[in-house]
Amino acid sequence: MSDNHSDKHQAGSQSESSASVDQEKRKFLIATSAVGALGCAAAAVPFIVSMTPSERAKAAGAPVEVDISKIAPGEMMTTEWRGKPVWIINRTDEMTAELTKHNDKLSDPNSDVTSQQPSYCKNPSRAIKPNLAVIVGICTHLGCSPSAKLQPKGDMGDSWTGGFSCPCHGSKFDLAGRVLKGSPAPINLVVPPYKYLADNTLLIGVDMEEKA
Amino acid sequence: MTNKTESQNKSVFAKALSNGVNWVDDRFPLTSNVKAHLTEYYAPKNFNFWYFFGSLAMLVLVLQIVTGIFLTMHYKPDADLAFGSVEYIMRDVPWGWLIRYMHSTGASMFFVVVYLHMFRGIIYGSYRNPRELIWLFGVAIFLCLMGEAFFGYLLPWGQMSYWGAQVIVNLFSAIPFVGPDVSQWLRGDFLVSDATLNRFFAFHVIALPMVLLGLVVAHLIALHEVGSNNPDGVEIKKNKDKTTGIPLDGIPFHPYYTVKDLVGVVMFLIVFSAIIFFAPEMGGYFLETNNFVPANPMVTPAHIAPVWYFTPYYSILRAVPPIFNSQFPGVAAMGLSVMVFALLPWLDKSPVKSIRYRGTLYKKWLAAFVVSFLVLGYLGTEPSNIWGQFGPVLGGADRATVVARVFTVIYFAFFALMPLYTKKDKTTAVPERVTG
Amino acid sequence: MKLKNIMKKALLVIAFLPLVAFANEGAHLDKAPIDASNHESLQRGARTFVNYCLNCHSANFMRYNRLMEIGLTESQIKDNLLFAGEKVGDQMKVSMNKADAKKWFGVAPPDLSVEVRARGADWVYSYLRGFYRDSTSATGWGNCVFDPNTCKVAMPHVLYELQGEQEMNHETHQLTLTKPGHMSVAEYDALVGDLTNYLAYMSEPAKQQRNHLGWFVLLFLGVLLVLTYKLKKAYWKDIH
Repeated sequence: MSDNHSDKHQAGSQSESSASVDQEKRKFLIATSAVGALGCAAAAVPFIVSMTPSERAKAAGAPVEVDISKIAPGEMMTTEWRGKPVWIINRTDEMTAELTKHNDKLSDPNSDVTSQQPSYCKNPSRAIKPNLAVIVGICTHLGCSPSAKLQPKGDMGDSWTGGFSCPCHGSKFDLAGRVLKGSPAPINLVVPPYKYLADNTLLIGVDMEEKA
Repeated sequence: MTNKTESQNKSVFAKALSNGVNWVDDRFPLTSNVKAHLTEYYAPKNFNFWYFFGSLAMLVLVLQIVTGIFLTMHYKPDADLAFGSVEYIMRDVPWGWLIRYMHSTGASMFFVVVYLHMFRGIIYGSYRNPRELIWLFGVAIFLCLMGEAFFGYLLPWGQMSYWGAQVIVNLFSAIPFVGPDVSQWLRGDFLVSDATLNRFFAFHVIALPMVLLGLVVAHLIALHEVGSNNPDGVEIKKNKDKTTGIPLDGIPFHPYYTVKDLVGVVMFLIVFSAIIFFAPEMGGYFLETNNFVPANPMVTPAHIAPVWYFTPYYSILRAVPPIFNSQFPGVAAMGLSVMVFALLPWLDKSPVKSIRYRGTLYKKWLAAFVVSFLVLGYLGTEPSNIWGQFGPVLGGADRATVVARVFTVIYFAFFALMPLYTKKDKTTAVPERVTG
Repeated sequence: MKLKNIMKKALLVIAFLPLVAFANEGAHLDKAPIDASNHESLQRGARTFVNYCLNCHSANFMRYNRLMEIGLTESQIKDNLLFAGEKVGDQMKVSMNKADAKKWFGVAPPDLSVEVRARGADWVYSYLRGFYRDSTSATGWGNCVFDPNTCKVAMPHVLYELQGEQEMNHETHQLTLTKPGHMSVAEYDALVGDLTNYLAYMSEPAKQQRNHLGWFVLLFLGVLLVLTYKLKKAYWKDIH
């Protein structure tokens, strides 16, 4: 580009042979551009990182300790983690046994979609201890919170074996949060990372340690 | 204009690029504008140190806008939350402290750069015909910048923020008849409160930045219409090459001044970074210590002073005594001290533009003005009793106030007497061509 | 050129004018032993702060888990510094109700998150060592650092058991220790030194990181300056 102008530079004296001047300009142009680009990238980092969750967001999203001693068998409680409702269901042995009996009604009976539960919950009860379910109560269709219909039959019809029914568009889930066929929701409800701090205390938001 | 061999030698990438540019050019004046304002805009070849500050001002404007956007992601314009949200940015937002310091340092550096930029205009006569409109747009930019800084300073909601806003808004109540109503209208309340904070936020984040951008564009369009001045005050368009029509003392802005301004940018960034990383408070001048105390309408600080860049005009405000029980003359004097810059193109009756060819009379007056500006500026940062009082002979007046009054007179005299001393001044012959 | 020289000299003078502003007003202040790299001192100061100050003064903008920056582990923070069921990511809030505090002391104890930025480290250091017995005040204590004119302050001498009791000679402005406390003068000064050091750190926790980064930024810009200057020279060779 500069070559086209060298003859137009009335203010300049004759430049040296174009080739060598060109090389010098080129050398510093490339060097400056490279170092400059590096600097711009480095300068951009703080701005982009500043948009990641702040300490306040991290503190609010911190793991939640829950005392499960008061949940009677067959009952559930709802707590909150990262702004979302988390159901803790104390399934009876009967309820847990029922989980293996209706796989044909389910879209993903074996929890094959791995994004929906931790690896240690990829089992028939989708839990660490079979009778204690921990499930995020947000429908995987469009985000409403399903209503609890823990008991079989009742207003859900004779074939209902217990679970959750979403009032927004009718998705249905069983007592392990697995989605029933025919629901608008495509995948099972999320099981969050969690661990036992003691027999009656859960810590929701932190994964269980790997067993040796 | 590429000849056949050149187009044959072009790479696939280069061909694609030029096709792309042609596509745009058919629909948008891209290449013609690049030529008119960069590659074929001919600027005098003798720009010196004083000519860095225009591009630096643009750089600081961009910096303030970018850092401002990121601050707005976290700041809360609510009287109960504002102070805390700034500390939230300083501590809880990753790299928030850096963005905050860039913005606070940038605000002060904006004025450093703009004052030096204005000084260049004064010493080289860049406000003279045919560049009066560039200068007037510049004065408008300066006024908007002062407003932008004033509105922005309330946002941290510290003691200085609050009481500084209180004092300045109350100045308007000195206007005869309508004053108190104007102040209340500005505040949106009977006192500086959450209502004031919220609207100042709107002015600072949206209204004034848009006006500033528009004025900067107008400022540059006006400049390119007539071409830049230079340290010799010589009009380079008077001596053009017979065949090409290009000014003999002109060089294309790009690449010569783009590459030179880049050096200026890096030097500025060095100063900027040194401040941000090692002394962002600047001894309490860039970040005032009292502003780390949350605003308290019940407690007035012992010593209120505006931020350093407003202090010369504040000094003048304080120096003018009440006349007929009204504070208005002081307010008017302060307003005039800023507006008077706009009159320069018409006050300067000298046959020459640049200080290089002016005589000693003018130089003495300019020196007096500069000294006045600096002394008034310093005095504005301190309480009036900083130098004690004179004896009963002079009525026990504060020494600093008397000094401020003397320099206020000199400040205005620089402008008021300019038509006289610029005519009387012994100038020397201005060369035909630039001297470098 | 003569004008340039004059302008250069003037600029030099002007640059130093602001220093005049640093001329000390008010009480004489002792130099606080600030050392942000001394993590042990900061940890001791944090302990003193949580044990003595946090009952009345909040530090709302400081999170407990930030103390991991000065060398404490999460369990150390949980075991030694959290008393009322706070979580480690919580902010150092105070349980005292603001309205109550105003009733009891006349003014609510201010939040101390940025106290050192507002007052200066030397002020805080001198203040905490400047309490003396004043039978005319509501709390029984006066402090001339707080208000050089009246020497009145609403805060009682919280650390009096450690320092003991001082008396103020209003003519000479000298303090004398009349009743020793649990600590010797040197020990108490060290305690307050650590506490002030901690308060200075708490005022701006990112300071160390900021200074550290600054050197790299300036180094980088120095390199860039050389390159851009040489680039400019390469282009401007054509111009005379």
